[in-house]
Amino acid sequence: MGGAEIERLIQLLSKLPGLGPRSARRAALHLLKRRDGLMLALAQALTAVADALHSCSLCGNLDTSDPCAICNDPRRDAATLCVIEDVADLWAIERSGAFRGRYHVLGGVLSALDGVGPEELAIAGLVRRAADPAVKEVILAMNATVEGQATVHYVTDRLAGAGVAVSRLAHGVPIGGELDYLDDGTLSTALNARRPV
Amino acid sequence: MDWSDEGIVLGARKHGESAAIVSLLTRNHGRHMGLVRGGAGRTRRNLMEPGNLLDAEWRARLADHLGTYTVELDRAYSAAVLDDPLRLAVLSSACAVADGALPEREPHATIFASMLHLLGGLTRDNAGGEVAVWSALYVRWELDLLRDLGFGLDLSVCAATGSEDGLAYVSPRSGRAVSLAAGEAYRDRLLSLPMFLADGSLPADIDQIARGLTMTGFFLERHVFGGLNKPLPAARGRMVSHYQRLVGSAPSATISSK
Repeated sequence: MGGAEIERLIQLLSKLPGLGPRSARRAALHLLKRRDGLMLALAQALTAVADALHSCSLCGNLDTSDPCAICNDPRRDAATLCVIEDVADLWAIERSGAFRGRYHVLGGVLSALDGVGPEELAIAGLVRRAADPAVKEVILAMNATVEGQATVHYVTDRLAGAGVAVSRLAHGVPIGGELDYLDDGTLSTALNARRPV
Repeated sequence: MDWSDEGIVLGARKHGESAAIVSLLTRNHGRHMGLVRGGAGRTRRNLMEPGNLLDAEWRARLADHLGTYTVELDRAYSAAVLDDPLRLAVLSSACAVADGALPEREPHATIFASMLHLLGGLTRDNAGGEVAVWSALYVRWELDLLRDLGFGLDLSVCAATGSEDGLAYVSPRSGRAVSLAAGEAYRDRLLSLPMFLADGSLPADIDQIARGLTMTGFFLERHVFGGLNKPLPAARGRMVSHYQRLVGSAPSATISSK
């Protein structure tokens, strides 16, 4: 169908999330047809990011500077730390625009199945950061899963002596959610977490 | 090949973009894995949480194939314990121990029933004082697991005197109970037998539960996980640490939640 270079491009594109072999072929063809307008610019952008990519030494975020743009931003609230599992969660919270503090990326959750223990996560770094007198609250924004919440309880124990308020995200009815379609677990959690209006 | 059964989720691992390979403890088919299409997707991921009870239908062309599951949620036990650190630790430990200890595709109906009983106890709307109930259920579930795997402990009579009274130790070698009088001279080499396992009562304090877990942990490690060249699951270690911290904070206090 094409030269070895094109086949290699298709093969690499098919490794991206959401792309199978067929859609990778379509994406590759799209790039080939827009060599100057898109393909070269994309290649340059990929090279530039790959050359400059760092894991932030403070929070674990992925950025082209170290410390990352969020840790460097003086307008961010240094008193609040939001702990997340992964950089994808950081991007999700940033997208919402609801949080103006700083982050700490744990790099996963405690998992018996995958053999992930506390040593594999950035918990020691979090305890060090929480000991900073400027930090007043740590928000544990882990997923509402057994592993996520087991990590929440573990981190809460580790932060017990740090002198900071520790909170976690609420669990319950999603915006636009209809009770009829909710699973029993979410409904019972929402009922338990009800609050006065 | 196909069958339908009830199954408790022991663990799930993402496979590809949206499928999951799920390990279920089923009533009639033992610990059985299978592929759930869409099991790691947005809408069905919550079903695959450890501890959930599912109605599962398994299909495969040949009996030794991985096969695919079609599942429906029966009871979301996991959601009911997410907010309570100790109950969540117990549920995680039970799932991790069952997943690591039970051989695949070997029926263990007693363990299934015992685990379902444990999950029911964990999620029953009980006041703080009933921690004793589900903690005792957990320790007894581990004893059931040992028995079902062929390493049952005899905690009914003293191995040395034949007496049924004053049982206070367990021999690490034979797994049999030893009375206080007969074992006193060897107490450093014996495991402590908490009262609630000897007489079927409820544990009076956290210390009894911690001692029960030390005892079952010893035999699980030696006979079950040792034989598989695996350490005890980390989730069990975290649960034991939780109980030990509670013992450290209030050694003889009445059991209360968290």
